[in-house]
Amino acid sequence: MMELVCPAGTPAALRAAVDAGAHTVYCGFADETNARNFPGLNFSREELAEGVAYARARGARVLVAINTFPRAGGQALWHRAVADAHQAGAHAVILADPGLIAHAAEAHPDLRLHLSVQAAAANPDAINLYAEAFGIRRVVLPRVLTVEEITAINREIDIETEVFVFGGLCVMAEGRCSLSSWATGLSPNMNGVCSPASHVAYEEVAGNNEARLGGYLIHRTPKGAPVPYPTLCKGCFTAPATRTGPAQTGHIFEDPVSLDATELIPKLQKAGVTALKIEGRQRSRAYVAQVVRAFRAAVEAAEQGAPMPAGLLAKLTEGQAATTGAYAKTWR
Amino acid sequence: MDLTIGPIAFFWTAETVSDFYRRMATTPARRVVIGEWVCSKRLPFWQQEIPGAIETLLAAGKEVALSTLALITLKRERRQTEELFGAGLPVEIADLGALKHLPEGAAFQVGPTVNVYNEGTLEWLARKGATRICLPPELPLASVEVLARAGAAAGVAIEVWGHGRAPLAISGRCYHARLHDRAKDSCLFVCGEDPDGREVQTLDGHDFLTVNGVQTMGHAHTTVAGQIAELVQAGVVSLRLSPQAGDFAGVVDVYHHLTEGMPAPGALAQLRARMPGARFADGFLAGAPGLRGAG
Repeated sequence: MMELVCPAGTPAALRAAVDAGAHTVYCGFADETNARNFPGLNFSREELAEGVAYARARGARVLVAINTFPRAGGQALWHRAVADAHQAGAHAVILADPGLIAHAAEAHPDLRLHLSVQAAAANPDAINLYAEAFGIRRVVLPRVLTVEEITAINREIDIETEVFVFGGLCVMAEGRCSLSSWATGLSPNMNGVCSPASHVAYEEVAGNNEARLGGYLIHRTPKGAPVPYPTLCKGCFTAPATRTGPAQTGHIFEDPVSLDATELIPKLQKAGVTALKIEGRQRSRAYVAQVVRAFRAAVEAAEQGAPMPAGLLAKLTEGQAATTGAYAKTWR
Repeated sequence: MDLTIGPIAFFWTAETVSDFYRRMATTPARRVVIGEWVCSKRLPFWQQEIPGAIETLLAAGKEVALSTLALITLKRERRQTEELFGAGLPVEIADLGALKHLPEGAAFQVGPTVNVYNEGTLEWLARKGATRICLPPELPLASVEVLARAGAAAGVAIEVWGHGRAPLAISGRCYHARLHDRAKDSCLFVCGEDPDGREVQTLDGHDFLTVNGVQTMGHAHTTVAGQIAELVQAGVVSLRLSPQAGDFAGVVDVYHHLTEGMPAPGALAQLRARMPGARFADGFLAGAPGLRGAG
C-alpha cells in the first residue's frame, strides 16, 4: 500500500492523524528551523518524544521537518534540531539545505534523511546528486512536475519518492521563492513563513472587503463575499496593456485554489511513487483526522485497484476550488 | 571590488543580443556570464550568437562564464547542461542539479538562484570545486558578512546582486503565456514582446512585480548603490549587474564609478537619468521588504 504521510502541527493533531490511519506523521520544532513557523504551532523536544512513543505504539512513524535554510552564523540552532530529532527517535529528518544535509550525514550517519520539497530537486540529476553525496533515502518532489515526469524520474533514480496530494499548493518551485520577502521581509527559506499573518490586514473600504499583505492590496471582494487569505502567488493583480494585448486583471499566477490529486492516486502509484503527502501542519486536528481518514480509504482502494472514492473531501474544499495542479500538463 | 554582468534574463532577438555583447565588451565590467537562464525554448533563437559574443568579450579581456538554466526539468535541458561543461569555459550553475554533470575535479561558479544561505552550504560547494558564488538576492547584510568571511577562508569569491530586477521565483508554469490565455507549450514566444518583462501592479495601481516567462522578478530595480561601503567592508569582491534594455552600458559605468568611490546620491541620480521612469529598491540587504524604495 502507498504510504500516507500526514501533517501534525500539534501533539493533538499527531494523535488524531495516527488514530485516523496515518502510516507516517511529520512535524517540526517550534522555531525557525521548519517551514511552518507559525505562532502556537509545532513541538517542544518533550512533545516530540511523546509523539514518537504514541505513534510507535500504534505502528506509525514520525518524521521531523527541519527544512528552512540555516542562517549564516546561526547554524547551531539547526544542528541541534537534527540532533534532538535523532535523539527523540524520529524515523527520519526532512532537510532542504545542502550544508545542513552534509552536517547531518556526517554527524548522524545512522539517521535516515529525506530531501524536503524545499530543496526543489526537480530532475533525476539533482536527486541522484543528493542521493550519492549524502545517502538521501527519499525525495519529496516539487509540485511543478507532471505525472509523466514523475514516472520518468522514478526510472532514473534508486531512492523513494513522495508527492503532495492534498492541501496548500505552491505554484512556484518550492524553496526558490522570495515573493514573500519582497513584500514583507520574511521568507519561507529564511524564516519558515510565507505571506505571514503578522503582515496581513483586512479592511472594509467603500463597500469592499480588502486583504493586504505588507500594506499591498492583494484581494478585493464585494462586501458579503469572503475575501481570501492574501498569499502572494494566489493574489489578484493587474498587468497593464502592452502593444500586443489588453490589460489583464485577475489571478495572474494562480487562483486561490488548493491541491486535490485524489483522482490521480492510481496513476501516481503506477508512476512508482512510494508515499503520498498531505499538506497542512497549520490545520486543526479535526481537519487532519477527516483528511487522513479519507486518504487512508483512497490508498486502500488504490491497493485493490478499486476506483477512487469520489467527493470524499468536498466539504473540506467547500468555498475553495481544488486543482490537480502541475500533475496535469494543461496546468502549465 | 569589480563588476560582473549576469546572464540576460529576457527573451531578446539574436541581433539585440549580439549588439548588447559588442557594447558590453567596451564597458569596465570585469566578467560576463552568458547563456539561457530562464527558458530553454528561447535558446534556439539566439544561441548562434553565443560563440561570437564570447569571442568579442574574450578579445576585450573579459572573463566569460556560461550559465545553466535556473530550473532544469526536461531531458533536453539536462543534456544541454551536460554539454555546457564540455565547452571549455567556466560554468555558472543556476540549478544545483547541474552539479551532477560536473567533470571530476573541475572548478565551477554558483549563480544567485542557487540557495547559498550559510557557511555549511558554502563550504560544501567549495569542497566540490566552487570558486565564485553570487549570493541569493534576499540575503541581509548580516548574512553576507558571514558568508564573505567564510568565502575568503575557503577560497571562494563572493559576489552579490548589485543591480537589476531581482529573480524572485521560478515555476513550471509560464505566467507570460498565461497572461495571453496560452499554456507554456503553446506560448508563441509572447515573452519576446516585452524586452524588460511584463509589468504587474497591485489592484490599486502600485508597481509590484515583473513577469518574465516562467520567472517572476521584482518590478523595482534592486540596487546596492547606497550600500557599497558596507559590502566592501564585508569583503564582497564583485557586484552582479543584471542586463536590461536601454542604456545598460551607461548603467555599468555608474557602478564602476561607485566602486571607485562616487557617493551614492550622485550615483542614484545618474542611474535615474539613464533609466527614465525606473524605480529603485534596496530593502533586501537591509533586512527589510525587498521592494523598499532606495535613496
